[in-house]
Amino acid sequence: MKQPSSAFTVWRARWETIANNRKALPILLVLGLLLSFAIPQFNLVNPYIQLIIMYVGINIILTTSLNLINGYMGEFSVGHAGFMAVGAYASAVLTTQVLPSELNPWLFPLVVLAGGIAAGLVGLVVAIPSFRTRGDYLAIVTLAFNMIVKSIIENIEAIGGPRGIPGVEKLTTLPWTFFWTVLAVWVIRNFIYSNHGRGVISIREDEIASDLMSVNTRQAKLLAFTISSFFAGIAGALFAHLLQFISPRVFDIIKSTDILIMVYLGGIGSITGSVLGATIYTVLLEVLRPLGMWRMVLMPLVLVLLMLFRPRGIMGLREFRWLIPLQDLLGSKRWRQKKEASDATPAN
Amino acid sequence: MTYFLQQFLNALQLGSIYALIALGYTMVYGILTMINFAHGDLFMIGAFFCFIAAGLLKLPFVPTLLISMAGVALLGVAIERVAYKPLRNAPRVSAIITALGVGLFLENFTLVFSPYPQSVPTLIPNQTWMLGPVSISSLQIIIVLLSIGLMILLDLIVQKTMIGMAMRAISWDKAIVPLMGVPLNLIISITFAIGTSLGAAAGVMYAQAFPVIDPYMGIMVGWKAFISAVVGGIGNIRGAMIGGFILGLVEIMVAAFMPSTYRDFVAFALLLVLLIFRPHGILGKPRPQKV
Amino acid sequence: MPLLQIDHVTHYFGGLCAVSDFNLALESGELVGIIGPNGAGKTTIFNLITGVYRASKGSINLSGTELVGKSPSHITTLGIARTFQNIRLFKDLTVLDNVRIAHYSQASYTPWESLLHVGRYQAEEKRIIEHSMELLSVFKLDHLSDELAKNLPYGSQRRLEIARALATHPQLLLLDEPAAGMNPNEIMQLMEFIRWIREDFNLTILLIEHQMRLVMGICERLKVLDFGKTIAEGLPWEIQNNPLVLEAYLGEEGGEL
Repeated sequence: MKQPSSAFTVWRARWETIANNRKALPILLVLGLLLSFAIPQFNLVNPYIQLIIMYVGINIILTTSLNLINGYMGEFSVGHAGFMAVGAYASAVLTTQVLPSELNPWLFPLVVLAGGIAAGLVGLVVAIPSFRTRGDYLAIVTLAFNMIVKSIIENIEAIGGPRGIPGVEKLTTLPWTFFWTVLAVWVIRNFIYSNHGRGVISIREDEIASDLMSVNTRQAKLLAFTISSFFAGIAGALFAHLLQFISPRVFDIIKSTDILIMVYLGGIGSITGSVLGATIYTVLLEVLRPLGMWRMVLMPLVLVLLMLFRPRGIMGLREFRWLIPLQDLLGSKRWRQKKEASDATPAN
Repeated sequence: MTYFLQQFLNALQLGSIYALIALGYTMVYGILTMINFAHGDLFMIGAFFCFIAAGLLKLPFVPTLLISMAGVALLGVAIERVAYKPLRNAPRVSAIITALGVGLFLENFTLVFSPYPQSVPTLIPNQTWMLGPVSISSLQIIIVLLSIGLMILLDLIVQKTMIGMAMRAISWDKAIVPLMGVPLNLIISITFAIGTSLGAAAGVMYAQAFPVIDPYMGIMVGWKAFISAVVGGIGNIRGAMIGGFILGLVEIMVAAFMPSTYRDFVAFALLLVLLIFRPHGILGKPRPQKV
Repeated sequence: MPLLQIDHVTHYFGGLCAVSDFNLALESGELVGIIGPNGAGKTTIFNLITGVYRASKGSINLSGTELVGKSPSHITTLGIARTFQNIRLFKDLTVLDNVRIAHYSQASYTPWESLLHVGRYQAEEKRIIEHSMELLSVFKLDHLSDELAKNLPYGSQRRLEIARALATHPQLLLLDEPAAGMNPNEIMQLMEFIRWIREDFNLTILLIEHQMRLVMGICERLKVLDFGKTIAEGLPWEIQNNPLVLEAYLGEEGGEL
């Protein structure tokens, strides 16, 4: 009885030391970047696994950005795939119809950015109903938005209508996926640990009280929706240039449901949770592939069981220390130390 | 004009199906303030029960309908007991995600046994009458009358019986009502049984009207019925009926007078416009927020 | 000129007149109480002042600026802060975050600086943390700064709510039943405390109360409301002996005096 528990303590202590050593973070990032170049260069893992890694990255972007609305702001948006569609189509139109194809690899970052901006602008529009409606009614608005986007695309012949755009160039590479994923996670984390992000979180806690504590709730909602949809658009652009074929059906409500599941699996209000949720879900789906159709029966069961035993998801409202800015982590402690120091020296 | 009347009949048929499903959403929402996203898939199960009873067991219409309603009601109650009840005090959204999970499970479980679409035999002798220039089929009459009958029955239950009174009381205050001796769990189970069996009835009628069924048929129809419930004012039973008919009317009319690919677009855009002017639906009332 | 001038404010909920023809002139530095039985419209007046409801008729003026029609957050930035009858803290956030959020309008950095953590972000965040911690230490809550608000004992939650309100730098503080749920001993402490924050933070205070002991003890002036109408006003001892008040208010809740 004693042996395992002491081993556990040892491991726990080791883990604490690692977790407290933030210097490892930049090293890991550089390592990750190098690996993202090395893997395709030297074929360190087979192309199938490379593909899955890229899907994991895209799903992390989608999950983290949706978590901003559903987890941090406490709304229930069910139309994230709609924003993804805007980004995917905007970027795919650029690479297939507008830009000369020999320039595509060079302009790809700008193309992805354009996809993000297009989706962000649309997000601005969707934010406006959120001034008036909340909760279930806002959920309907986002749902309707998803359907409307799909329906509009189906009705524009210039972008392929219901048939979609085939033959999108495969421009999404491992290094680019790594870059955009890190950027998305970093920016959303920055936003959350800022004045504006705290405003967004206070809306989740109590919108009326937050308004009465001087939080400009409209501004906070606009920001949250725009940022969230911007990154959904980025993910959509990467997705389009990985899948190499997009059609309205790809971005229907089922895709949105997938993203929702990843968010709640990982846990609301947690970036760590979103990274974990997206990774676990994507990898698990692939690992269970040999089960054939039973895989799709098993996955929902896993989700239901998780909700029953851990209703807040894996990391609900908790965050891994490395992701919290030092100022937030230590601010109060530093203040107390300073105060003790000044209390110790008698004032003259 | 004839064309319009003809389409109006079709709208009534589609609308009554939406309304029946919407009732299940609204009843559950009224009592638990929870969106039962598995409801559309229970509608699909209802259609598959119809396929089993009519196609495999060769039963006539009425027993098929009853078997389907009873089977789905049992399933609905079981789902509530196993998956939703433990989450009654958890964050609201956990229950919603659980419902999504249950829905996916039902879809994919059915898919394992029925990888290809199934066609359902016709149970209602197809007869057409001419009302002036407008033709009306026996199936349309049965669907509309049966739906309206079920709705009237439900309205009577909710308005006139003790069970209905208990339902309305619970939707008003879930904390206090059990203290008055109302068996909360029993009433919730009954609500699920009624709501899901109405969905099953809709499933059977849908399978009769559009006889090719597949495991994913409940997704889109379910979301649209949910929208009907919202349009009417979610939690409001009469609102759900009105919402169902409105959505059916809009969809059919758009498809009749515009390119049919505009159907979803117009339906959802209308929904948004409605929500801007009446954020709580047609019959819904905003719950006062105390400051 | 008075700090807060309320003229002929009337508010309807549907057909029900919740507040009718309410007038109040609040001089800078005053401490005034509004009393009245349950449902008399006291909290409604707070909601009208802070912009949660928009007055059906009348005007509310804060040192020359009309408040009717402005959003709650705007009114708060103009210098009015409040607490709530039933505590409305951000329960799942830390004590420090509760106070930091109330700095929203004072943080002078743009969303871009938020996204990239550049520019004034570091300096401003440092300042907000320091200011928040100082405020918390004044309220003897600094050692609890990393606790979740919901885990605080009731009395501390009440104090935190006031600290959070003061973080918005108000000139006028509205206290909605601050003594609710307190025993006589705690009420004595609360009276001291209110007097002291008024001095220390240079505040004008308007408070709603049920507890006569508190109102009579610290308010300089009182207004008595019944069914939305002002039925009496004056000094505490005048109110105590006003037959109208005795009839309307004490007849119903005499036990509280």
